Amino acid sequence: MFKRKLLILGGVLFLGLALSVNSFAKKVDLKEPYKIGCLFAFTGPASWLGEPERRTAVWIEDKVNKAGGINGHPLKLLIEDTKGDPTAAVLAAKKLLKEGVLAIVGPSTSGESMAVVPIMEEAEQILVSCAAAEAIVHDPKTDKERKWIFKTPQKDSHVVQKIYGHMKKSGIAKVAIITDTTGFGAQGREQLKKYAPEFGIAVISDETYGPKDTDLTPQLTKIKGTEAQAIVNWSILPAQTTVMKNRIQLGITIPLYQSHGFGNTKYAAAAGEAAEGVIFPCGRVLVAEFLDKKHPQKKLLVEYKKAYESQHKEDVSTFGGHALDALNLVVAALKASGPDKNKMRSFIENKKGFVGTGGIFNFSPTDHTGLGLDSLEMLTVKKGKFDLYKK
Amino acid sequence: MDKKDSLTLLILTVCLVIFPFIVTNTYYISTMVFVGINGIIAIGLSLLMGYAGQISIGHAAFFGLGAYTSAVLTAKLGFHPWGAFFLGILLSSCIALIIGIPSLKLKGHYLAMATLGFGEITYIVFNELTDITGGPSGIGDIPKISLAGYTMNTDIKYYFFVWAFLLLILTFSLNLIHSRIGRALRSIHDSEVAANAMGINTGKLKIQVFMISAVFGSVAGSLYTHYVTFVSPSSFGLFFSILLVMMVVIGGMHSVWGALIGAALLTILPEFLRALKDFEIFVYGSVLLLIMIFLPRGLIGGLEYLFNRLIKKV
Repeated sequence: MFKRKLLILGGVLFLGLALSVNSFAKKVDLKEPYKIGCLFAFTGPASWLGEPERRTAVWIEDKVNKAGGINGHPLKLLIEDTKGDPTAAVLAAKKLLKEGVLAIVGPSTSGESMAVVPIMEEAEQILVSCAAAEAIVHDPKTDKERKWIFKTPQKDSHVVQKIYGHMKKSGIAKVAIITDTTGFGAQGREQLKKYAPEFGIAVISDETYGPKDTDLTPQLTKIKGTEAQAIVNWSILPAQTTVMKNRIQLGITIPLYQSHGFGNTKYAAAAGEAAEGVIFPCGRVLVAEFLDKKHPQKKLLVEYKKAYESQHKEDVSTFGGHALDALNLVVAALKASGPDKNKMRSFIENKKGFVGTGGIFNFSPTDHTGLGLDSLEMLTVKKGKFDLYKK
Repeated sequence: MDKKDSLTLLILTVCLVIFPFIVTNTYYISTMVFVGINGIIAIGLSLLMGYAGQISIGHAAFFGLGAYTSAVLTAKLGFHPWGAFFLGILLSSCIALIIGIPSLKLKGHYLAMATLGFGEITYIVFNELTDITGGPSGIGDIPKISLAGYTMNTDIKYYFFVWAFLLLILTFSLNLIHSRIGRALRSIHDSEVAANAMGINTGKLKIQVFMISAVFGSVAGSLYTHYVTFVSPSSFGLFFSILLVMMVVIGGMHSVWGALIGAALLTILPEFLRALKDFEIFVYGSVLLLIMIFLPRGLIGGLEYLFNRLIKKV
């Protein structure tokens, strides 16, 4: 009898102790973490986009949590690999939504983003894409911005306008364009043709090349035979350096403009001397150290560049910057409005003067990209290094 | 269809109906939708490879043709989804006929090369015919398909929709292989010369089965299009063709059930391995390697072996 009572007493005491420990533990524990999903193609054919994005996202997560989280809530990233495959991206997005993420950052490529967009619109969840195509945020059928979708890379049309604006100032009226056959090149080609008349420029030669082409002299010989005053080479592939080299070999001396797809130090190195003097518009990540001290982006860019390059022993690229801007934007929205998707969405949609690596973002209900022409800087290559173009 | 097949089909149907009531997570449901889509193509490919003994490393092309026909006609030209669906089937079978007549005269590696070339050409057409296919940026905002007044707009509805198609196709294929045509096909697989000598019109038969598998590919493509509502060439490249061949081989070449099991494994495994992060590819490769080393007749072969051993012991 006595033994039994003792046992019951012991049991009750133990239970009480367990409960108190449990409640005590709860008090010490941090607030519930905020979960944000990331879709990056860090394996597969687009890994050169996805890997810097993933590294950058992990860096931000670390930074936010070291600074005490978001209003006391730790930030937790759920990063999924999309392998550059739209089908995999669809499944990964559904998985993340089921895991209760507050928003999704990514995917890396336009194709994957377009596949994920309908899922996010249906689920009414925020997507901040790291891909460039304008159809991601803009529905061509209704001619309106998609409600829940944002993106951080510059618009192709802005890059085209920047190039044409520069040409107009230099008195160039006839151009030859040469583009690659990826999504990036095809979009560029479309925009180059669309905006030419607006700037009084005539596209008098229109050539393309494939990802695996190793000799582009036929295309360039054709261009040489025209009256073109400049060439625009629009590509995101290593093959674009072949254009630069072949141009020198053929003795073509008219100016060569590149797209922002040239913004990778590896390409400048691969082209070697042939890259000297080419002109291209790009975000300011590549020339962070040359910016004026008072430039609003200077602090962020230098910090990011230093952290990235010291940690990964690899040159920083603009792509990781797109992920940085996207994630920072979501974090800022969480900080300002808590984990309420409607409030977060309207915060992002109305955010003005947001400093990112891609430029100063000014979002509005009619603009879910938020970047203007001023986000681009004309760059050139000087002694194998990117530099601001001065003339 | 023999008794064993009918029984398995019945069990499969019951399991499929129960599945969404037990597993309510839409992520798993949509994974199963992709298993169904891949399963349909794999069954077609298994008829061609396992039964007729003709290899194709370009089957993603038929999948793409179905997908693009549906996408272009519905999203750009405002066709009814079912109209586009059947036009896709028509187009795929016509192209299979045109491609099949010269290429199925080839054998072994040469046939593999010819189908590989066809797959690549189709991929390039999707990429370069920018005005129609949207080029590398693809086509988005594709309308949903509806059946008997139900719009297939949720994962569960689409799950039943796709698997109903798969069961139809599976039943058709099982009946086909147990018919006179099926027996003739297997005789081609074992020896084309002997089959010819027995009075079988091997050329005609090979083209017919090639067309059937192209139709299955096209059906799967249209189903894919109306589910994802976006298509771009990267989904229909060489890699996907090889993945399809792998599904058939891993599952077991000599059986349509094997193709279904292979499709299920190769669709679910990568999703399952997501938890391993960076080691995913390593484990994925190892699993495939182990299956090929220890189960050269594929998963279905291994299962049959185990089943027979079990029965003997009992």
